[in-house]
Amino acid sequence: MIEKLLFYVFAAILIFAATMVITARNPVHAALFLVLAFFNSAVLWVIAGAEFLGIVLVLVYVGAVMVLFLFVVMMLDINLAKLREGFIRHLYIGLPIAAVIVVQMILVVSSGAMAPAEMPEATMPIPDPAETGNTTVIGGVLYTVYVYPFELAAVILLVAIIASIMLTLRRREGVKHQDIGEQVNVRKEDRLRMARSFGGSGDGRNDNKYPGR
Amino acid sequence: MAVLSEVIWTLFKISLIVGPLILAVAYLTYAERKVIGAIQLRNGPNRVGPYGLLQPFADVFKLLFKEVILPTNANRFLFLVAPLLSIMPALAAWAVIPFGEGMVLADINAGLLYILAMTSMGVYGVIIAGWASNSKYAMLGAMRAAAQIVSYEIAMGFALVGALMAAGTLNMTGIVQAQSGPFWHWFWLPLLPLFITYWISGVAETNRAPFDVAEGESEIVAGFHVEYSGVAFAVFFLAEYANMILISGLAVILFMGGWYSPFEGIPLLGPMFDWVPGLVWFVLKVGIFLYLYLAFRATFPRYRYDQIMKLGWKVLIPVTVVWLFVLAAMILTGFGPWFD
Repeated sequence: MIEKLLFYVFAAILIFAATMVITARNPVHAALFLVLAFFNSAVLWVIAGAEFLGIVLVLVYVGAVMVLFLFVVMMLDINLAKLREGFIRHLYIGLPIAAVIVVQMILVVSSGAMAPAEMPEATMPIPDPAETGNTTVIGGVLYTVYVYPFELAAVILLVAIIASIMLTLRRREGVKHQDIGEQVNVRKEDRLRMARSFGGSGDGRNDNKYPGR
Repeated sequence: MAVLSEVIWTLFKISLIVGPLILAVAYLTYAERKVIGAIQLRNGPNRVGPYGLLQPFADVFKLLFKEVILPTNANRFLFLVAPLLSIMPALAAWAVIPFGEGMVLADINAGLLYILAMTSMGVYGVIIAGWASNSKYAMLGAMRAAAQIVSYEIAMGFALVGALMAAGTLNMTGIVQAQSGPFWHWFWLPLLPLFITYWISGVAETNRAPFDVAEGESEIVAGFHVEYSGVAFAVFFLAEYANMILISGLAVILFMGGWYSPFEGIPLLGPMFDWVPGLVWFVLKVGIFLYLYLAFRATFPRYRYDQIMKLGWKVLIPVTVVWLFVLAAMILTGFGPWFD
């Protein structure tokens, strides 16, 4: 009873937030509504019993991805008028595409292919999440039944990481960098030259390169 | 009816946590001024009440009666929501902290993940405050804080992964129970590099000295909360100190054996301290870590911003990754008294 009530409350907030993401005038507001949408969908997952997925959604999307997103949106100087002026002009392309997507979604959802009864049976017995906690269950399934897709996804992410690091890695000439290791390892001999003061030795020899200093 | 009584019981338990927490925050500010005063050969607050003990309340009432000023062209709604967004996760994370055997509000399985999710949300208060203030200094402070918190969260997350590997559970009570025994059975010893990394990133996460460039008064006045006054400023302050206590509490739970006595299981010495309740040990250990926070602030110069980033990405993260492999080897071989 209470779970149902909570579900409808959070679902309503989720739909409201998702609508505001695309209608908000200010891009920062839109990004913040997206945060709200993520948070509410995480709550829906928790209500559905998938506590691990819900918390990870908050951790990854709300805690990391959206922070960086907000970071970029705040730094950008977005000209809203310019963004808006093409709206009517591109409508005749955008509208049919949107219509096709909506029809496809309706067909897939109404076909019943996603009903729980239609889902393929798991090849090995999955322990009851209520008994062992669903973190353990997901971990077990991920590293046994789905180990190859999981590893593949990890490799793809690794490639993406390397690619994005390569994109930002550029050598610029004339930039001074501080190397702390070099600073720490410096010896007295590298920096300091003992100079004999002018005529200090008394033997008439002057090996000071810079007399007078 | 049963639902209603459960709700009231839960609310009562929440007030049992939040009430003492806010009191602890008040006296942490007092302790901070006294400790730093002592280190700098000053007296610290000593006018309001005996030994200045009523100083925190005087400060609170002063802030409560001050006007909340809205800067011109500030985003009104977000400006006022930002302090709430920083206090909410700081308080919500306490729901899964076990203060003693079974003394926990919500004993959920994914407790450690929940804490990580909550602490990662604290950054929104800072970013939104900086942006909504419509001020250069606030914006710069928010940017610094956001970059710093996101970077150090990775090192911190890896350190927590080490703790969960060692304990074999994400449940906070389970993590403490895995460390039962005298103080060399606690995880700080096998996880020493992770423990140090965790503590450094914890200090950086809370934007405290020597990592307090987000406030850097010598460069950007006070950073993200420069435009805040009165209650709104007090709420940011409350969140910062509540987060400090939270990070210290987590350090105790994950690496310092939570509520266990340091002498547990030692013949003769162990039974002598049997009468001390677990809560007392927990509070004492948290106090030690809080003192470290204060001592850091009084004795370390502020890090330069690029060096903070270098420390986080090029030192702490590699250390944690290497130690996770060492830890895995230790667990597989059943090393020492920890993993048998």
